[in-house]
Amino acid sequence: MAEGENEVRWDGLCSRDSATRETALENIRQTILRKTEYLRSVKETPHRPSDGLSNTESSDGLNKLLAHLLMLSKRCPFKDVREKSEFILKSIQELGIRIPRPLGQGPSRFIPEKEILQVGSEDAQMHALFADSFAALGRLDNITLVMVFHPQYLESFLKTQHYLLQMDGPLPLHYRHYIGIMAAARHQCSYLVNLHVNDFLHVGGDPKWLNGLENAPQKLQNLGELNKVLAHRPWLITKEHIEGLLKAEEHSWSLAELVHAVVLLTHYHSLASFTFGCGISPEIHCDGGHTFRPPSVSNYCICDITNGNHSVDEMPVNSAENVSVSDSFFEVEALMEKMRQLQECRDEEEASQEEMASRFEIEKRESMFVFSSDDEEVTPARAVSRHFEDTSYGYKDFSRHGMHVPTFRVQDYCWEDHGYSLVNRLYPDVGQLIDEKFHIAYNLTYNTMAMHKDVDTSMLRRAIWNYIHCMFGIRYDDYDYGEINQLLDRSFKVYIKTIVCTPEKVTKRMYDSFWRQFKHSEKVHVNLLLIEARMQAELLYALRAITRYMT
Amino acid sequence: MGKTRTTSAEGRERQRLPARRFRTTSPAALRADSVDGGSLLAPLLGLTDRAFSDCPDLADGAMEKMSRVTTALGGSVLTGRTMHCHLDAPANAISVCRDAAQVVVAGRSIFKIYAIEEEQFVEKLNLRVGRKPSLNLSCADVVWHQMDENLLATAATNGVVVTWNLGRPSRNKQDQLFTEHKRTVNKVCFHPTEAHVLLSGSQDGFMKCFDLRRKDSVSTFSGEATEAGPWEWAMAGWVPVLPVLSCHILRLHHSFAHGPTQDAESTANGSRESWGCPLYPLGLCSGPQAGQSESVRDVQFSIRDYFTFASTFENGNVQLWDIRRPDRCERMFTAHNGPVFCCDWHPEDRGWLATGGRDKMVKVWDVTTHRAKEMHCVQTIASVARVKWRPECRHHLATCSMMVDHNIYVWDVRRPFVPAAMFEEHRDVTTGIAWRHPHDPSFLLSGSKDSSLCQHLFRDASQPVERANPEGLCYGLFGDLAFAAKESLVAAESGRKPYAGDRRHPIFFKRKLDPAEPFAGLASSALSVFETEPGGGGMRWFVDTAERYALAGRPLAELCDHNAKVARELGRNQVAQTWTMLRIIYCSPGLVPTANLNHSVGKGGSCGLPLMNSFNLKDMAPGLGSETRLDRSKGDARSDTVLLDSSATLITNEDNEETEGSDVPADYLLGDVEGEEDELYLLDPEHAHPEDPECVLPQEAFPLRHEIVDTPPGPEHLQDKADSPHVSGSEADVASLAPVDSSFSLLSVSHALYDSRLPPDFFGVLVRDMLHFYAEQGDVQMAVSVLIVLGERVRKDIDEQTQEHWYTSYIDLLQRFRLWNVSNEVVKLSTSRAVSCLNQASTTLHVNCSHCKRPMSSRGWVCDRCHRCASMCAVCHHVVKGLFVWCQGCSHGGHLQHIMKWLEGSSHCPAGCGHLCEYS
Repeated sequence: MAEGENEVRWDGLCSRDSATRETALENIRQTILRKTEYLRSVKETPHRPSDGLSNTESSDGLNKLLAHLLMLSKRCPFKDVREKSEFILKSIQELGIRIPRPLGQGPSRFIPEKEILQVGSEDAQMHALFADSFAALGRLDNITLVMVFHPQYLESFLKTQHYLLQMDGPLPLHYRHYIGIMAAARHQCSYLVNLHVNDFLHVGGDPKWLNGLENAPQKLQNLGELNKVLAHRPWLITKEHIEGLLKAEEHSWSLAELVHAVVLLTHYHSLASFTFGCGISPEIHCDGGHTFRPPSVSNYCICDITNGNHSVDEMPVNSAENVSVSDSFFEVEALMEKMRQLQECRDEEEASQEEMASRFEIEKRESMFVFSSDDEEVTPARAVSRHFEDTSYGYKDFSRHGMHVPTFRVQDYCWEDHGYSLVNRLYPDVGQLIDEKFHIAYNLTYNTMAMHKDVDTSMLRRAIWNYIHCMFGIRYDDYDYGEINQLLDRSFKVYIKTIVCTPEKVTKRMYDSFWRQFKHSEKVHVNLLLIEARMQAELLYALRAITRYMT
Repeated sequence: MGKTRTTSAEGRERQRLPARRFRTTSPAALRADSVDGGSLLAPLLGLTDRAFSDCPDLADGAMEKMSRVTTALGGSVLTGRTMHCHLDAPANAISVCRDAAQVVVAGRSIFKIYAIEEEQFVEKLNLRVGRKPSLNLSCADVVWHQMDENLLATAATNGVVVTWNLGRPSRNKQDQLFTEHKRTVNKVCFHPTEAHVLLSGSQDGFMKCFDLRRKDSVSTFSGEATEAGPWEWAMAGWVPVLPVLSCHILRLHHSFAHGPTQDAESTANGSRESWGCPLYPLGLCSGPQAGQSESVRDVQFSIRDYFTFASTFENGNVQLWDIRRPDRCERMFTAHNGPVFCCDWHPEDRGWLATGGRDKMVKVWDVTTHRAKEMHCVQTIASVARVKWRPECRHHLATCSMMVDHNIYVWDVRRPFVPAAMFEEHRDVTTGIAWRHPHDPSFLLSGSKDSSLCQHLFRDASQPVERANPEGLCYGLFGDLAFAAKESLVAAESGRKPYAGDRRHPIFFKRKLDPAEPFAGLASSALSVFETEPGGGGMRWFVDTAERYALAGRPLAELCDHNAKVARELGRNQVAQTWTMLRIIYCSPGLVPTANLNHSVGKGGSCGLPLMNSFNLKDMAPGLGSETRLDRSKGDARSDTVLLDSSATLITNEDNEETEGSDVPADYLLGDVEGEEDELYLLDPEHAHPEDPECVLPQEAFPLRHEIVDTPPGPEHLQDKADSPHVSGSEADVASLAPVDSSFSLLSVSHALYDSRLPPDFFGVLVRDMLHFYAEQGDVQMAVSVLIVLGERVRKDIDEQTQEHWYTSYIDLLQRFRLWNVSNEVVKLSTSRAVSCLNQASTTLHVNCSHCKRPMSSRGWVCDRCHRCASMCAVCHHVVKGLFVWCQGCSHGGHLQHIMKWLEGSSHCPAGCGHLCEYS
């Protein structure tokens, strides 16, 4: 059997033309049938020991195909493809081959599947978004399905991501995915790593690199340090880091490449936060997203185990929610009352300068202690950890360890004035795209809060945004950090802090325990704010270092 | 230094200082002085009873005082030198006192006043007093009142507006504190003539107007307010909006709310505005509570219009406001893409507003017209942080940038590509600029993030213009040539070499010069365009060759033959010969049709001939022509000629030997040395001296054959020429073989003839040199074509970069001629990675709907606006996704095949519109 024949081409399915999709599907069907036939014939003639190896190999190949087909049958925005893939799977099953079934409960482990938009029931605008995303990537990932709660943001997000990964830019395509892998691996985000390993191989990346950073070119290895600092302690970035990358003789980065890499790194760091923060399940066609086992066996996936929450947890949590329903109702009311108060008496009680300054310091310091119990948890050894050189390097609070880092003042270096100009100069158009994304995330509101309508949430959003920047030591001169204390309660702070600093430790319990009365879409909204604020904070530090290097 | 004062009427209008220096008894001056002193009489006088008509007087008063100050400084002429001083901390903004002798510098941790002395800056006062650093002192902006030298205002990053009174006896000069803004205040601005009016613009989207005699703001302007009717306030009398409330408010004796009462009736612009009633009651005019108002980046009072101010926003908008109407702005327009960081009103031209934005543009708007009109646009290299008009120079403005670029530029807005002057002193971004004196154009002060304060003198500025090369030369696509140079240069040259009988047709464009233009000498240039001879064929050969060459898909021998044939048909015999030789080299020699070669025997003499035809030659008297050529050759090609002489001789010898030894005739006896030389100087000048106007004539080395017959040739060629047409007539294509002008190809053939078993590899070097030769001659087409046709056989001999260079030049040329298909083929056939990925990147296909002309935004083939399919085939009613053919008469069309088929059977339009379509 010639190798070429076995190659299945999925790209035809991304076409917007139904005829093209039809042909592509037909080709896939035939290939699969051929493979199946071949496997069966091998099975029937067991006295050929030499074929033993290739037998398992080709059955692996077939399983991969089937898993992909399963993904298509669930997640393709085109109805014809969904139906046809399902049909193919059924027909294979009839041939006596085991077919996979999806594992887990929809795109997110935190959000019940029924709350999330089903593929196929989207409106025209969302369908267009889905189709765009599918056409660009050949899949509709779970992140997209969760983000579609906020289509306006999703559009901007997809556009930016598409531009970063696929359009013109200083870095070659496989570098971009590899950087994505590096960034996601810092947070042990196996979901993103798996996705990008596939993409990396697809664009012709060298599989050897995946065995660890030391197998990648020196140039990428040099980036490891920046990746590490950026992910966990961005305030430590100095112009020496930048200089080290730009002046490494034959392995040096150009400024444009570096900006591209920095944008990619920050994008994937914050996307990892989102993945954990919303409990994104593994993709159906990736490892851990499907099983060939019959449904009776265990019903949770690996990530659940490592995160210490099983889907079994769901029941008690729900009941707990029921108990405290009146309690949490008052939560919302109290929050709104506080916002009203702040709005009104802002002018009356004028805090002194020292008071204002100390409030920031207090908030900064307190943000260090909001950690939930298990601070020194051992990170589970996983396949992705091969990308680390230094697992021990994690988020460390700046003041706790006796290091004094000067406060970063937004009024002296802000995204709108400085960061944007620098990015746009070195990597044209991206500045614009990211700027748009920040704006949409920051300004997104439906003027609702839980069950209340017509609420001005700008104060709350600003408090969340500034709280995150506060954790990174970024201070707004014109903000009263006392507001944060009023508006964000402890469980919410714990959630924010965990997502932004150590996203891999987020549990479903954390997700459930803050803002209990709020809708899931609002929690996703919070996540969007978190990741954009985090991305901006990291970008600000990195870009400031680059600016300092340049002057 | 010190500019000598002009005595023209215009000059005096602006610079009244000397003329009125002693008019101290003028009542206007008295009044102004009293106001300046912060007298309590001011409210009684009412700011308002000196509206437009009084403004000049008021200004006079100010001037008067200023003149006294300057006199005290030692005459009315400012002196100083380029100098700088170190500050303790980065500066965010600077502002100059109106006496031009002091400057205030403000930043996050600095707030000081410096005296500008002759030789240095001297720290005069530190306004940051108190031990504890307060955020109120972290200044984003600072402004010094232009009427009152004791009054300053700062904008703090925490949203506080602070005023300072230098007249206070205590160490702490802080006067008032306004804490009304919720976010950082980006800008503060005093009214140019009113003593007590301060305006601030903040990140929270509000602008507030303060009266310094009151504790809080007088009015608030919201960035999200809607636009008022077009320019209403400039028209005659509008009706007060809230008559009921107004009488009640009349009791609040507030000058601004009241506005001018009686005196205003006779205001300068003659409008009968009645300002008795305030527009909005106080307290009711605070803007909307929340909502997404855009951040205000700059606010500036108009210098000429008493009530107008401009504000710029983060979303790219500029708003013009009437200070009396806080409810809505008078007009709004989008000035920039992205935030507008700054604006400045022209000091003299009423209604001229300069804005600078993150989009790296400075734009000058005329806002007096109904729609704001963009007058000028300057493109800078980085986002524009500040813009300031230069005094006394109507078209000059200074800019500095917020990021990356540290220099200060002074632009002439009419010359937007080259800055008129450039100051390069700063090592970090410049954050504040100010002209030292409102009537002196030569002193510029600047503060920077590098913690330094500079005084720049215009005469010390570097002028990029001087470093620029004022000559430009460009080839047109069809061989035309445009040449621009300084007028003086061109004039001198044409005076030196008057070529009367010349065939060039220079078309001169001369710019109309504005005598007032300060750059008259530098900016004027003459543009001459030399056209190609209309009958000269232009670049036709290139297009034909590109289209007809076969590059792949057939055996090498066939390709070579085909291409040789094409070249011959186009009269490019030399190229044809090269192809033939390539064939001989790389395909087995036994296959060479001897007949072909036979015909060339004895025609060696004619070799130089085709090349002899230049445009000069044709119509010039032969004597003159050759003289010119010789002139040129002497300078240019002497060394080459010598070099070639020897090699040519050598080759000739070899050739001769060969002719004896072999029965395959040597087809090209090299012409005499002269012929070689001729050809050299006809080709060389193109490369060597492109700027020499007589050499830059488009010289085609391959004119059409029939022209040769017409040409009166040099005596020694006459005979040969007579021969060649005969031969070409009798024998199909092989008319006269082009001279093999490169020694290498000659050699290669002779080698081939020596030993036909030599491997083609043997010729690698020679073929490589041949390709280089062609490429160097400008015929990159040949180089690339051969490279593609020979493929692996030669590729290894030529280094990657050169190949890539050839490919890209050829593709570039092809695309200029819109030979998209050919260029794509070349891209596809290229083996260089960098080239072959050219058509894999950036191939975005944008489709517009054929009905509504909107982009289809990648939603397939259906327009989401008009819900129709893009281009339907009139025959099969399906969407056409490939070639679409349509009738120009009725605009119906469809698949090419379908339409062709349809029109075979019917002459009517398939859409049934009744049109008689024709397909041709």
